Amino acid sequence: MSELTVSQALTRPGRRTMEAAPLRVLIWRRFLRHRLAVVAMAVLGLVIASAVFAPLSRYTPTQQNPTNALQPPSPQHWFGTDDLGRDVFTRTLYGGRISLAVGLSATLLSLLIGVVVGMVAGYFGGVVDNVLMRITDGFLTLPTLFVLILIATLLREIPALGLVSGVIIVILVIAVLSWMWPARIVRGEFLRLKQRDFVTAAESIGAGHGRIMARHILPNTVSLIIVQGTLMVAYAIITESGLSYLGFGVQPPTPSWGNLLATAQTYALRAPWLMIFPGLMIFLTSMAINYIGDGLRDAFDPYSAR
Amino acid sequence: MRTYFLKRVLHAIPLLFVLSVVLFLVVRSAPGGPLAQAERNPNITAEQRQQLRERLGLDQPLYKQYLDWLGAVLQGDLGRSIKSNRPVAEVIGERIPNTLLLVGVAFVLTIAIAIPLGAISALRQYSWFDYLVTTLSFAGQSMPVYWLGLVAILIFYVWLDNPFTGGPLLPAGGMYTLGAPRTLADLIWHMILPVGVLCATWVAWYSRFFRASMLETLNADYVRTATAKGLPRGRVIYGHAGRNAVIPLVTMIALDLPSVFAGTLFVETIFSWPGMGRLFWEAARGRDYPVLMAIIMINAVLIVLANLIADMLYARLDPRVRYE
Repeated sequence: MSELTVSQALTRPGRRTMEAAPLRVLIWRRFLRHRLAVVAMAVLGLVIASAVFAPLSRYTPTQQNPTNALQPPSPQHWFGTDDLGRDVFTRTLYGGRISLAVGLSATLLSLLIGVVVGMVAGYFGGVVDNVLMRITDGFLTLPTLFVLILIATLLREIPALGLVSGVIIVILVIAVLSWMWPARIVRGEFLRLKQRDFVTAAESIGAGHGRIMARHILPNTVSLIIVQGTLMVAYAIITESGLSYLGFGVQPPTPSWGNLLATAQTYALRAPWLMIFPGLMIFLTSMAINYIGDGLRDAFDPYSAR
Repeated sequence: MRTYFLKRVLHAIPLLFVLSVVLFLVVRSAPGGPLAQAERNPNITAEQRQQLRERLGLDQPLYKQYLDWLGAVLQGDLGRSIKSNRPVAEVIGERIPNTLLLVGVAFVLTIAIAIPLGAISALRQYSWFDYLVTTLSFAGQSMPVYWLGLVAILIFYVWLDNPFTGGPLLPAGGMYTLGAPRTLADLIWHMILPVGVLCATWVAWYSRFFRASMLETLNADYVRTATAKGLPRGRVIYGHAGRNAVIPLVTMIALDLPSVFAGTLFVETIFSWPGMGRLFWEAARGRDYPVLMAIIMINAVLIVLANLIADMLYARLDPRVRYE
């Protein structure tokens, strides 16, 4: 797909020749025309940068100072301090590291499972498709959050897993309970695309199933996978924070946006700033990701009006 | 069509069966299984423990235990809660009406708000109203429901006061004021925040969905035909475009049921609403596996049923749909 150029299409005799541009550059240009998506990109960049550069903060996320507990926002502590006198700004930045990492890894894992399942189901069809889609439907009828909590509760009981403080558990369970959407999308695309001439052509020169799936059909579904993946990052971040908020996700003292909110609720009366900032970060990040997803969808769609 | 639905039901059964096997194994393998209390209690001798095992059937082979359990579940006996030692069916039974009340009211309100919003948005595509609805809908979708709940408590309970009594404007949780007589007005007063929070997130999704659905029908050939033959615009919009746009909503609602349950779990937890969601949260904290399992099983059955009903309704509403 990346080798495709549109120079022929854009060059017409008697007109000024437009520079030949690879498709990805065209998509990028179209994306830049979606103003809100560009703003969202900047916001997300800022959020990511704040998480990456969190260690530059004056405080550490676990440094306690009981004499300085529950202080409102001030020049020293931009987001105030929590019940143990820890700096909420620093904890929010470090929480972002966990939340973003969980969101990204859960999405990648979920896409990996979903794409493979969808690919195999759509390409081979028949019994394989039937069995895989039954399983997918089965997972779709699960009350996801309830199952997430049950698994998280159970896994926590295994002492050997204590060290990972729930982060890996949360990534795994989110992925295992969300791969069905990409699987369905990819399957649909494979069902459609495997009828195309280029697949027949590849078959006729002796390409194997694996090669046809991975090199010929899969690249044509990349745009859909990227859009779906983007939106899933927001979903995963919100799910992680929800689990951690309820006490079944990332465990304190490791801060995540969700478990910061859990402690905040106790002090809603005395220290409302505790709940404002971590929540705002979740909101901003997920909103930015949703707008980027929207922008990407338009940019990938050759018929979009923008 | 009858055979189609029969087939669907037959497909659903193995699904629920597999789920029940997995959940059964979970409960059996979980620390804090059926004997946990007896094992922690020093007053119970090893002999009594053995008797208890026999009485509970734990000395039987696993498949036999499962079949016994399944037989009991099919007769409505979901086992006993580890925490309260009461029958699970009874514990859950008390909570279900409260959840239904909350979800029911929130749902009716959501539909009543989301459909007009989505319709106007679609009719005036790219107007300021459309942009406003779209932005709000994006915001609603990006906002975690529990954070919205926390902020709502902060604003309406902590910050705003009732000008007449000087107390908080709205209660932070519960179903009735403690110690006060249980009146309808008190119930409604307690419902405003949880219902409002659920509605806000649901309206965000449904208005967006209905807008897309409506845009599709507005551009359909039959709408053009209706306009061309001179029907008044109102009739075209309500009778032709609107009615057809509602149809996909049916499927959407059925598919969406898992997230509806998730929403109630958060809202009931935050607002201490004594429903199934909060019961689940309490049970998970107390590792009350029989209760956890029963709630998951009930929800799974409800989701399967909802999907089935949605498909049947779909066939009724849209005569073009034919199931084989």
